[in-house]
Amino acid sequence: MPFHIPQEEEYKDYAVVMKGIVKQFPKVLANDHVDLYVKRGEIHAIVGENGAGKSTLMNQLYGLYNADSGKILINGKEIGIDNPKDAIAVGIGMVHQHFMLVGPLSVAENIVLGDEPTKRFNVFDLKRAKREVKKISEEYGLKVDVDSKIEDIPVGTQQRVEILKTLYRGADILILDEPTAVLTPQETEELFVVLRNLQNDGKTIIFITHKLNEVIAVSNNVTVMRGGKVTGQIPTKETSSRQLANMMVGREVLLRVEKEKKEAGEKVLEIQGLKVNDNRALPAVKGVSFDIRKGEILGIAGVAGNGQSELEDALTGLRKKEAGTVTFNGVDISTATPRDIREAGMSHIAADRFKYAMIKEFTVAYNIALGRHYMQPFADGGFLNHKKINSISKELIKKFDVRPPEIQLFAENLSGGNQQKMVVAREFDYNPLCMVISQPTRGLDIGAIEFIHSTILELRREDVAILLISMELEEILSLSDRIMVMYEGQIMGEVKPNEVTLEELGLMMAGSTLEQARSEVDE
Amino acid sequence: MNKKKWMRIAIPIISIIIALLIASIIIIWIGEGSFADRLRFLAEAYNELIKGAFGNKTAIMNTIIKMTPLILTGLAVGFGFRAGIFNIGAEGQMAMGALTATIFAVNAASLPTFIAIPLTMIVGMLAGAVWAGIAGFLKAKTGAHEVITTIMLNWIAYNITNWAVTGPFNAGGGIPKSPEIASSAKLPNLLTSQASFMSFGILIAITAAIVIYIILYRTSMGYEVKAVGFNPYAAEYGGINVSKNIILTMAISGALAGLAGTLEATGLYHRFYGTLSSGKGFDGISIALIGQNNPFGILAASLLIGALRTGSNQMQFAGVPKHIVMIIQSIIIFLVAAERIVMSIMGWNKKKGAK
Amino acid sequence: MNIFKAILDAFANPIFYSLTLSAATPLIFASLGGLFSEKTGVTNIALEGIMLLGAFSGIVGTALFGSPWIGIILAMMVGVSAAALHAWASINFQANQIVSATAIILLAQGVTGFLLEPIFGKPGSTEIFDKIPKIELGFLGKGSFLYDMIGSLSPFVYLALILVVVSWFIIYKTKLGLRIRAVGENPEAADTLGVSVYGIRWFGVLMSGLLASLGGAYLSVGELGQFTENMTNGKGFIALAAMILGNWTPKGALLACLLFGAADAMNEQLQSNPSLAISSSVKPLFNLIPFVITLIVVAGFVGKTRAPAADGEPYEKKG
Repeated sequence: MPFHIPQEEEYKDYAVVMKGIVKQFPKVLANDHVDLYVKRGEIHAIVGENGAGKSTLMNQLYGLYNADSGKILINGKEIGIDNPKDAIAVGIGMVHQHFMLVGPLSVAENIVLGDEPTKRFNVFDLKRAKREVKKISEEYGLKVDVDSKIEDIPVGTQQRVEILKTLYRGADILILDEPTAVLTPQETEELFVVLRNLQNDGKTIIFITHKLNEVIAVSNNVTVMRGGKVTGQIPTKETSSRQLANMMVGREVLLRVEKEKKEAGEKVLEIQGLKVNDNRALPAVKGVSFDIRKGEILGIAGVAGNGQSELEDALTGLRKKEAGTVTFNGVDISTATPRDIREAGMSHIAADRFKYAMIKEFTVAYNIALGRHYMQPFADGGFLNHKKINSISKELIKKFDVRPPEIQLFAENLSGGNQQKMVVAREFDYNPLCMVISQPTRGLDIGAIEFIHSTILELRREDVAILLISMELEEILSLSDRIMVMYEGQIMGEVKPNEVTLEELGLMMAGSTLEQARSEVDE
Repeated sequence: MNKKKWMRIAIPIISIIIALLIASIIIIWIGEGSFADRLRFLAEAYNELIKGAFGNKTAIMNTIIKMTPLILTGLAVGFGFRAGIFNIGAEGQMAMGALTATIFAVNAASLPTFIAIPLTMIVGMLAGAVWAGIAGFLKAKTGAHEVITTIMLNWIAYNITNWAVTGPFNAGGGIPKSPEIASSAKLPNLLTSQASFMSFGILIAITAAIVIYIILYRTSMGYEVKAVGFNPYAAEYGGINVSKNIILTMAISGALAGLAGTLEATGLYHRFYGTLSSGKGFDGISIALIGQNNPFGILAASLLIGALRTGSNQMQFAGVPKHIVMIIQSIIIFLVAAERIVMSIMGWNKKKGAK
Repeated sequence: MNIFKAILDAFANPIFYSLTLSAATPLIFASLGGLFSEKTGVTNIALEGIMLLGAFSGIVGTALFGSPWIGIILAMMVGVSAAALHAWASINFQANQIVSATAIILLAQGVTGFLLEPIFGKPGSTEIFDKIPKIELGFLGKGSFLYDMIGSLSPFVYLALILVVVSWFIIYKTKLGLRIRAVGENPEAADTLGVSVYGIRWFGVLMSGLLASLGGAYLSVGELGQFTENMTNGKGFIALAAMILGNWTPKGALLACLLFGAADAMNEQLQSNPSLAISSSVKPLFNLIPFVITLIVVAGFVGKTRAPAADGEPYEKKG
């Protein structure tokens, strides 16, 4: 039975109806006459690539943006939502992808912020706040410690705080934006349990995701968006990941890349007993040893915050090591600077491209020169060689299909996918012996993802040793020759992709060793 | 943030126009009599202003004299801004440069001119570089905000130079001043007019502007300075030594300010006065902002402020206190800083997702 | 050695303590002001300029209306207005906060210098006017140690100390204070909960104007009885250093201001100690001691104290 588009008389049974929503930003039409129908009490998924317009749509539902035209009906009544307070007033709550929490304040303070219980003279009634939070926490089975500071609790708990924030304000309609981006497979399962419980309590849930398997697992209906328009509305049990992917992209999509068999060469990078601290001087990498060989891709899986970024920083010279050695091509680079490491033949695609890998105020050409801007052929005797910079950049832009192919554009004017391609082009052109690649496809659409994956495989073909750090398990599984899981700064185990199940990986990501995971799964 | 090229020129120009408009309103307000009288007063004030700045050979010389140190302090602050550093300490760096250069120059009688002059300049530049380098070093190693450290260094420099010319280095007489420098260290003059003279310091200043331009736009050093200014994280990732660049940038910035002081001491006063730098370092901030941290913009801005300063002395004879120039300057900076105010006024502001 | 004896002499002298309190007072006002602004996430280094305007307005009010109390009210109004300029540029137009503040400092110096002659007839300084009378604690016994220490202090001193407690209460115990802290750490989070980020920040900046100008008014109307050009002499920046040293808390700022006040008082005591016979030409070297201390403090403590996370970052409301 296909998706039922309700008539106006039926709107009162629908928690949310958004009709004809149009939202224009300076450079892009983010929502192009979008219609959304969410029945009361259902779990509704909205899927689409990055830039499809899903977050924009939900931000309008929550009052963070205002639609240019179109209307919103809540339980059949047309409502103007100009700001979050309006949305909260009609029972809408939102859990953002990047948590909206204030680190130094406590759980209770964060939950009641904006709606604080007060005593006389504007005095904040902390006792009552804690009491009320505890009550809701128990009512919905979301365990939290009301006194702990947000910056001290783990990510999964923080998400519970975010959900409690909405429930404290009496939300009946919950919007969750990419809720599982930061969770292990187990935590994701726990979240799904929470969502089903909330559904049983009569709540309506809308969640945005790009993870199609989650859509299939927990939702009742799906709306697919592409390029600002709705390209599909379908009950979940009548569709599949493959069909959804096609609706998202508009063509047949390869969900996994073809990887040829390859024998790895000699060791290129050897790491022994590496210990690294995080920004708060606490141990983040607690004694890690491994090596990488020519022509192999070593994938490091794990949820954010388990030491991967500190490992990445230490290997590339951006963070000092507390202990251990790193040997690259026979040379000890334990205390080397980023420049030394690059000159030795290791290049680096950083996780946070905006912060690290590129300078948005520089032109594309200047970004391509970054890192080699002081040596031949980009510079000579301290003076920049603009002719060479421009000609080399032009070539690389063409080869890596960066659009628009204009090297004098400022990097900030490129789309995310093209920025990443520019970064990959630059790092590729180093002709490195080894490459550290971190979160290479975060926030990119499928076309860019496919391109970057094939580039990584080409590097592998050319015998580059590759360390791939990613939170997307699919990506790790499809590209890696070997996989290691990092949890709380340690390696939980090493496996080959075809010898491990998703469940075992998930358990390792949550702290089990390989043996424990295997035995648990066997039970 | 990258603005369109024409906006970078238009915004300062419009800010200047607005500031002059406001200043005009103030002048009308302090005038007396009927509105027509006041308008005449306003016209007279501007007349005196322009006459004072460009009216005759002496006026032009004075304008150039005032402009010279401004070019250098403007370059000092502007170069710092390129690296994301606020060098509010040009004042103190200028004073220290001037004092050190003077001390050297006073004892340089035995040196021939073609050695004395360059050496004096080098000494002055080094002193300024070191003084600024302290703040640069502190910023690089401890993260101390350079606004506070440079301002503190300004006050410290002020007290040190004060002590020097009222104490061990005093030449006597009422005003605190040093002894006169040796004639071999005096800068030769480019123009003279009756009793006044103008050294060739302006040519040095313009040369400095050209050198800074070349550094910023044609060298790897300039690339690194700009990278650090835009995104120190990405700069480090790209192998750039951020600490070294911060210290180097401050040193160059201080050297420019020190050079400004040196030129004043060797080309204008031929000695060190306690009030030598008095405000020229702060003017550097206005110059850099108006000139959008671009060497040629800085040359233009220096001409403007130099003319305003010179002309305002003349304006006093028409009855307008010369503090008006400070007010004009601060309004310009304010508007250039809050450039979006100007952009809103002109309707150039396209806010994302209009409601 | 002479200098150590002179230092001990100072500690034994009750005047040293009253000097410390009166030197710390303008710093306390300004640094509490800076605190309110920065806790909401807006830096305000224009305290120096606003203090100067407060000092000037205090005397103008006294001269024009005959009463130093009116001077204080005028000072507060002017201070809030100057801060409003900074708030408008920095909050509503996301201007670079350092540059906007620098403009205000220059404006303050320009305007006060400019208006000296038209209003008071001569440039550079005004004549002496009535001051706010001190609070006399005669019952302590005139001439006694205790009296010399705290028996004749300006009401400003008491007000400053009271304001420290009031500030602490507002920031840590009220709903407003919770929102202030939230906005300073994560304005986006506060925005999504319907807290007015712009509103809270305006409050913080205006408070900084109010308090800083009171600090400046103390210098003229509470202490000297006149206005001299640039009389704030760097105190606004020392107040900022105190705020940093105090780790952005009222109690910390108070202690830091007392420290700087003591340095100032020590400087004065050493200079006036006859046994040291400090010649007037060496005085500048002593004058630079507070600045050197500030320098060391700022350099040494910046990593170790923690500014509000969103301090200095302009926030743009989403469309």
